[in-house]
Amino acid sequence: MQNSSELGIFVEGLTKSFGSVHALRGIDLAVPRGTVLGVLGPNGAGKTTAVRILTTLLLPDSGRALVEGRDVVREAAAVRRLIGLSGQSAAIQEELTGRENLEIIGRLYHLSRAQSRSRAVELLDQFGLGDAANRTAKTYSGGMQRRLDLAASLVGSPKVLFLDEPTTGLDPRSRLGMWDIIRSLVEVGTTLLLTTQYLDEADELADQIVVIDHGLVIAAGTAEELKTQVGGDVLEFTVPDRAQISEAVAAVARIGEGEPHADKETGVVNVGVGGRGSDALIAAVRGLDAAEVRTQGLALRRPSLDDVFLALTGHAAEEDGQADEQRRGIRGWGRGRGGQGGGGQGGGGQGGRGQGGRSGPDGRGRPDARGRANATSSRGAS
Amino acid sequence: MTAATATTVEPVADPGLAVRVRWGISDTLAITRRNLLVWMRVPAYIVFTVVQPVIFVLMFRYVFGGAIHVNVPGGGGYVEFLLPGIIAQTAAFACFGTAIALAQELTKGVIDRLRSMPMARSAVLTGRLLADTGRMLVTVLIVIAVGVAVSFRFHNGAGNAVLMVVLATVFGLAMALIAAFTGLAIGDEEAVQAFGLIWLFPLTFLSSAFVPIQSMPGWLQAFANNQPVTFVVNTMRALALGGPIEADLWKSIAWLAGIFVVFVPLAVRAYKRAS
Repeated sequence: MQNSSELGIFVEGLTKSFGSVHALRGIDLAVPRGTVLGVLGPNGAGKTTAVRILTTLLLPDSGRALVEGRDVVREAAAVRRLIGLSGQSAAIQEELTGRENLEIIGRLYHLSRAQSRSRAVELLDQFGLGDAANRTAKTYSGGMQRRLDLAASLVGSPKVLFLDEPTTGLDPRSRLGMWDIIRSLVEVGTTLLLTTQYLDEADELADQIVVIDHGLVIAAGTAEELKTQVGGDVLEFTVPDRAQISEAVAAVARIGEGEPHADKETGVVNVGVGGRGSDALIAAVRGLDAAEVRTQGLALRRPSLDDVFLALTGHAAEEDGQADEQRRGIRGWGRGRGGQGGGGQGGGGQGGRGQGGRSGPDGRGRPDARGRANATSSRGAS
Repeated sequence: MTAATATTVEPVADPGLAVRVRWGISDTLAITRRNLLVWMRVPAYIVFTVVQPVIFVLMFRYVFGGAIHVNVPGGGGYVEFLLPGIIAQTAAFACFGTAIALAQELTKGVIDRLRSMPMARSAVLTGRLLADTGRMLVTVLIVIAVGVAVSFRFHNGAGNAVLMVVLATVFGLAMALIAAFTGLAIGDEEAVQAFGLIWLFPLTFLSSAFVPIQSMPGWLQAFANNQPVTFVVNTMRALALGGPIEADLWKSIAWLAGIFVVFVPLAVRAYKRAS
């Protein structure tokens, strides 16, 4: 156990139930200062409940949670001075301009009028919203609204920042912009807890990852450690002709260590091949050729967190989320209906590091394209 | 990233009582200002809150006015009977905005964001009520101006006219408090709106606001004679036009006090529990 004075967040045996639904069934977390913890899990896994307890919005049934060494129940007021929260939906006032939104938040953090003003300008510039500062937030794109919301959570210069599914529902381009911004926050030493349903997001941004399912931490470690748990490489290819999927699965059935996994919608087939990477690749090419199955993008890759989730829970992250929601009727905190299938998932679901998002069509001329370019250049200059 | 660190806010130690009170006031004013800004930014809100009561004044005055016969102190016609009633109804209906706004803020996560901040937790509620009361006062004054334009006159002195506006404001605030509770407890914009119609319409129309209660069937009279809107409207009418005040005034005060005693804790509790 690390010295708790070095921890930005420390959680021990945290439980919370809503009636008969056990949202949290005893989770432990330890996040060293200045690092990023990715909390990964499907809808209804308990991620948002954990964030709400840590941000003093909800009382736990049992267990202990400290933020910067302060107890979230007994020292809630002190905790509120140390944290920032940005939730699943943009909690901004759409009728007001970006600048007004941030200035009012500044006043509520008890900054002086002048301080509020300069802090607002500073954050708007930093987040590429400088040009849109005097437009009402209603006219902003989804990505811009999310950035404004994130900016609002930073007005009080928090030491610990909680981002609850910051990119859910964003298109792939805005999502990449958000990632850039989140990375830049970490550079200035903010401790960050980030929940996400997107495995590539946790992989991309988090130092440590915990996987939560049904209110329990079912795995913890770095992305690499989690991938090692799956064991070895994954052979993956796409079958353009969906009718040939079963033939393709049969052709690679014997080269792998486990059963091949096929997605009938995308035509993506993958199979774990352990340490026999090259041999398996050759065997796959021969088998598929003999079966006359046409394939695209046949390649050997390191396992993604998708594979980890599949291995840990026996089901894919996305499927479970939907089933869970229907079964238990749990609504997300932001009550964003159908956030799950949002554009943010894009074409990148199966991709390995980063390339998933980027491989998607880039030509979605969102109005925030310019804003994002600003964000990048201003960071470059500083 | 130098920009990000330029204005760093150091977390301060636990503030004393005096500081907390000062913050409570400044937080309330910040939220009030925000709400008024939103109101002024959306033309539809202004039209709804201002034009609607004006239409009511003109409609009742010219459409129903001829068919409704009343005796009012000072010998004026229906418009003098009507105006205090319309003002009370306007004050009551302003609370739709309160309920809907709170339900919206709840759904959008605005209230969660504010509750995670080191601001006074009461400010969201008090700032909302303050802004909505101010908004309501503007509407009431506009209704009076329109009333005067269609030949309504105060007959009981300027002091009593001011008292009538004060009573209407306190009554509107009491209604807004009930609405705040329903908005926070229900938490869904459309449901809140539908529920508002269910309690507000009977309460305002089954009263002495628009017609003399004697014209209603007996079983309705029993309700209309004993509900708060009737007492408030009767008091306002007496303040505006003359006639006996005291009995209705004390009953109004008792009702309003009762509403505050019951709904302040209810609204605060709903706000604390809101998620």
